[in-house]
Amino acid sequence: MSVIDTVNNLLKIVSDGVAGLVEGILGPGLGADLITMGLGALVLCTIVALVFMGMTWAERKVVARIQNRVGPNQAGPFGLLQPIADGIKMFTKEDTTPASADRWVYNAAPLIIATFALVTFAVFPLAPGVVGTNLNIGVFFVIAVGSASTVAILMAGWGSNNKYSLLGAFRTVAQLVGYEVPMLLNVIPVILLAGSMGLADIVQRQTLADGNPGIPFILYLPLSALAFFIAGVAETGRSPFDLLEAESEIVAGFHVEYSGMKFALFMLGEYVNTLAVSIVFATLFLGGYAGPILPPYLWLALKTAGVFFVFMWLRGTLPRVRVDQLMSLNWKVLVPMSIVNIIAVMILAKLFVTSPGLQAANGGILVTPETQAAILFVANVAILLSGLAIVARRARVLRLAEEAEIESRREANRAAVSGFAGGAPAR
Amino acid sequence: MRTDFAFIGVMLVTAFLLMGVAVFAASLLRPRKPSPAKLETYECGMETVGDAWVQFRVQYYIFALIFVLFDVGGVLLFPFAVAFNVVPLYAVLVVTVFLGILMTALLYAWRRGALQWD
Repeated sequence: MSVIDTVNNLLKIVSDGVAGLVEGILGPGLGADLITMGLGALVLCTIVALVFMGMTWAERKVVARIQNRVGPNQAGPFGLLQPIADGIKMFTKEDTTPASADRWVYNAAPLIIATFALVTFAVFPLAPGVVGTNLNIGVFFVIAVGSASTVAILMAGWGSNNKYSLLGAFRTVAQLVGYEVPMLLNVIPVILLAGSMGLADIVQRQTLADGNPGIPFILYLPLSALAFFIAGVAETGRSPFDLLEAESEIVAGFHVEYSGMKFALFMLGEYVNTLAVSIVFATLFLGGYAGPILPPYLWLALKTAGVFFVFMWLRGTLPRVRVDQLMSLNWKVLVPMSIVNIIAVMILAKLFVTSPGLQAANGGILVTPETQAAILFVANVAILLSGLAIVARRARVLRLAEEAEIESRREANRAAVSGFAGGAPAR
Repeated sequence: MRTDFAFIGVMLVTAFLLMGVAVFAASLLRPRKPSPAKLETYECGMETVGDAWVQFRVQYYIFALIFVLFDVGGVLLFPFAVAFNVVPLYAVLVVTVFLGILMTALLYAWRRGALQWD
């Protein structure tokens, strides 16, 4: 095996080596399997926690740069030790539970959000053959487990017995629950094309037979990718959809009462969820770990970092949306557009097939993958543009109606004032 | 299949224990000096009036109902999407009708003003 192969398969070699070592010591059986799994889980959780620390630093630094500030620069070179300083503070800060809170619910909420955020990482393929467990329902599992954070946030808001917390929790229910629908609906076109829910299979479908990257699904389905990304930003409760913790309105939303380690767990849950959405986006739409020259895990890291950079960029530049705009965007724009998109992709993918076997089975026109991608791309863009045109038209009608109403009110005022023209009004 | 999910279970336990250890370690390290003022509900310095455990606004229930409708509809689409390559064009038309019914439901809720947030 050459050096390049060794570097490319580093994760696989190490994990196989550890599994073999454990089995050699304990002998094959359930015990060895469990210990191997436990070690894997521990390593995975630790890596994710370390990446979380790096993310907090990167986000503060990047957002600071966007806003023309310096960002953390005191702890270590470039403020690199800032996450460690934060960690020490979180560990040693006094932690109070309000006397009127529901103790069990209040204390369980941060544990639940952090635990379920970490569990999603069990199914992400990091490199060929390196995956916690290659579930055949991968995408579905990620979405299902990801929605556990809604429950935890609701528990935190309700358990704190604080009006700000409860307001934050109410908004969370409406927002996270609502944006789950476009997230679900925009995964479906990808599954249609890949023919599988397993994340490794979806990556495989975007890879050519010789291991080089094929056409990523973002070029097949730009509308799905965009809608999935918007829904992802809203699902993780990040700016511009950060209504659940709008600090200028409801202090900090659902985690007003939390401090110390429990607050840190909420932060961890939030960032790890963001990381999970970034990885899912990179896997579904950008081709996952497939890429030339560099080792696969590095490609996945690069793609994920790119997606996360867009997250930070949005946070640095966009103001927060209003709650009614949030609901309208979801239910009146994203959901109808996604449904129309699913229908279009279904019919087009059935009419223009890429393999002779499928043509023999169901009919249709045989085309190359490039042509199929181009057809779907055009259809997606057409749906997106016509959807935007309808929204713009509707907004114009509403604006004109509002202006007409203001004008008529002004007219009425003017008439009332000119009624006094003949002299002073009677007392 | 069962071994696939075993790792999920192990991961769940490991993650929960790690987070639990973090909270427990913090509870050993941190100072503990409770006072009645600290244990009050934090509402920007005002003394809190009444309980926060109030009734939800009815609008949230309406959105929750629409959500359930679409979530169940979406979940039904997953098995179809996986089997997409083996089903005939006829099945695609059936699912199109199904999505049309979902759309109609959304339009109905829209026209009845259920999507209007005020």
